Amino acid sequence: MTGAAQTDRAFAPQTPRKARGQDSISSWPLMDRIGYVLCWAAGLLLCLLAAAIVAVMFIKGITYLRPSLLLEHPNPAGQNQRGSGGFLDPIEGTLLLTAIGIAIAAPIGVAVAVWLSEYRRPALLARAVESGIEMIAGAPSVVLAFFGLLVFARPTLAFLSQTSAGGAVYGRSFFAAGAMMSLLALPLVVGATREGLAQIPGHMREASYALGKTRATTIRRVLLPSVRPNIASGTTLGMGRIIGDTAIVVILLGAFLRLEGAGGTPLLSTLRGTGSTLTSYVFENSPAGEGNAPEKAYAAAFVLLMMVLVLNMVVTRLSSGKRLGRAGLTPSMVWRWITWTR
Amino acid sequence: MPPPPVRRIVVEQEPTVVTPAPNGRRAARGGPASEVGVPRGPIVGAGASAARGARRAAAAKVSERMRIEGVSLAYGERWVVRDVTLPVRQGEVLGLIGASGSGKTTLLRSLNRLTEVTAGAARAGTITLDGQEISKLEVTALRRRIAMVFQQPNPFPMSVFENVAYALREEGRGKGRRGARRSRKELEPAIVEALQRAGLYEEVKADLNHPALRLSGGQQQRLCIARALAVKPEVLLLDEPCSALDPISTATIEELIVNLRESVAIVIVTHNLQQAFRVADHVAFMHLGELIEYGSSEQVFDNPRQQRTRDYISGAFG
Repeated sequence: MTGAAQTDRAFAPQTPRKARGQDSISSWPLMDRIGYVLCWAAGLLLCLLAAAIVAVMFIKGITYLRPSLLLEHPNPAGQNQRGSGGFLDPIEGTLLLTAIGIAIAAPIGVAVAVWLSEYRRPALLARAVESGIEMIAGAPSVVLAFFGLLVFARPTLAFLSQTSAGGAVYGRSFFAAGAMMSLLALPLVVGATREGLAQIPGHMREASYALGKTRATTIRRVLLPSVRPNIASGTTLGMGRIIGDTAIVVILLGAFLRLEGAGGTPLLSTLRGTGSTLTSYVFENSPAGEGNAPEKAYAAAFVLLMMVLVLNMVVTRLSSGKRLGRAGLTPSMVWRWITWTR
Repeated sequence: MPPPPVRRIVVEQEPTVVTPAPNGRRAARGGPASEVGVPRGPIVGAGASAARGARRAAAAKVSERMRIEGVSLAYGERWVVRDVTLPVRQGEVLGLIGASGSGKTTLLRSLNRLTEVTAGAARAGTITLDGQEISKLEVTALRRRIAMVFQQPNPFPMSVFENVAYALREEGRGKGRRGARRSRKELEPAIVEALQRAGLYEEVKADLNHPALRLSGGQQQRLCIARALAVKPEVLLLDEPCSALDPISTATIEELIVNLRESVAIVIVTHNLQQAFRVADHVAFMHLGELIEYGSSEQVFDNPRQQRTRDYISGAFG
C-alpha cells in the first residue's frame, strides 16, 4: 500500500453517522429510569415552588403596597394596625440591626478566619474554634436569642439595654439583638474568608516572605486584599441571614413596633432602645399576630423579599468576581470603601 | 559516551532585551535568530564552546559572595540534603541540576532561610553571606539581600506598579505605619529601574497600573524578577524560573539572567540541562541529596568526572 493511499484513507471525509443512542434513557435499567424521572420532577417542583412564592408575594405585595406605607410610622404595638400607619420603623430597624450585626461579625469573622488559615497554633485550640463555629452555625436562632436574653438581662450589662423604673434589666435592645445577630453572620464570614485564603497558593505567601516581609505584613498587604471578594460575599450572605431572622428580633428586640429609645443621648438611645424589623412586623400583622392587618403584612413581606433577592443577586455577582453596575464598580472597590484600606 | 543532542529553542524573533548589553555579550550568547532550529550534534559543538568562551571572557570580575559549607538539611526525620559544600560567586551563574527529589530546591530555599517556613525543617553546617552566618542575620533583612524567584509566576493581585512597590515599602518601621510608607512619586524611579533591569519596562510603561495578573506568563515572571531586583539584592535565587513558560519567554529570561550576573550573584535550579548549559558558568550536580559533582559547566557537561553525572546528563536516568 502506498503512502498516498494510506493518507487518503486516513483523511477521507467520513459520512457523519447518526448518534447511536447508546445513552438514551430508553436503554437504561428500570430503576435508573425511575430515579432519573424523580430527580427531574424534584427539580421541576422546586422551580414551581420558588416561582409560586415570588409570584404570590409579588401580586399581593403590589396590590397592597402604597408609598405612604414606606414613610409612615406604625401604630404602637398591641393596637389595631388596620387603619393608619406604615412600616417605616421596621425598615429602619432592619437596616440598623443589619448594620450592627455586620459591624460586629465582619471584623471578628475575618480575624478568626485568618488565624485559622494562617496560624492555627495551638492546633488543639484551632480545632476547638472550628467546632465552636460549626456549633454556632448549626444552632437555631431562637436558642441564640434565648441565650442572649440570659446574658443581656444581667445587671452588669444594664447599660446596653432598657431598664424598668424599678431597675429590672429587660435585656432587650438593638445592642443585644445586634450582638446575637452577628453570631448568625459570623460562620458565613469565616467560611467565605477561609475558602478564599485556601485558594491562594502557598508560593504566593512565600514570594512575600522572600521579599523580606513578615507574616503579618503578608496577611495585611497580600492575602486580605486577595480575598476581598470572598469577604464581601460572606458579609453579604450574613446580611441576608440577619435580615431574614425573626426569633432574635422577637425575643431580644421585643414585640414593639415603633423604635423606642432609652435615655437621652440621640444615637445611643436608639441603640439601647427597642424597635422592630420587617420580619417582626410581618409576624405581628400576619393572622398569627395581634396587628390584624394581613394586607400590610403582605406589603412588608414583599419589601423584605425584594431586599433579600437583591442581596442574593449581589452575592452572586460578588462571588463571580464581576463588576457591579455600569459604572465599573468592582467588589473590591466597594470593599475598599468599607474597609478604607488603600 | 557521547553527550546528548541539544534541543535548540526555536525563536521566531529575537527576544526583547531592554537592558543595553555590553559589547560581545549578545554575540557570545550565540545570536538566537541565526542559529534557530539548527540541530546540533554533541552538546559542546565547536561553536558553542567558542561562544561560551567569549562569554566567560565578557564576565567581569568574579567574587565569592556566599559559601555553603558542609550543609545538611532535613525535614523532620528525613534528610534531604547531605553535607554539601559550594561557593556562590558574583559575576557568574551557578546552576543546580539534578533529578526530582535530589534536594536542589531545598538547598536553594535554605539560602534565604525560606526552609524555616516549613515546620520541622532543620539545618546543619554553615551558610555565610559575605562571611556572616545567615542564621545570625535578621531574617527579613537577609531576604532583602537574597531575593528569590519561584517556579510559578506569582505576582500579587495588584497593579504592576504596586507589585514592585510592595517590595520597596518598609512596613511598620520607624515613625508610625503611615509615616514609614513612601509615596508613589518617591518610589517611581526605583520601580522603573527595576522593571528596566528585568526587561519589562518597555512592555508595561504605557500603563503601570495594569493589573499584574492580566500580563502574560512570561511577563508575569519578569515582573517577579523585577520585584526581586527592586530591593537591590546581592544574591538572586531562581527556582526553575522558566519551567512554566513558553520557549520565547524562556529565551528572554535566560538572556536576562546572563545579563544580570555581573551585578548579582545568581543561583538557578533547573531541570533543563540545556538551560543549565546555556546560562550557568558553574554547575553543581546533585543526586539524592548529595553533591555529586561541581565544576565549570564545560567540564561537567564535556568531561564529567563521576559516572552518575555522566549517566544523568546523557539521559540514562532523571
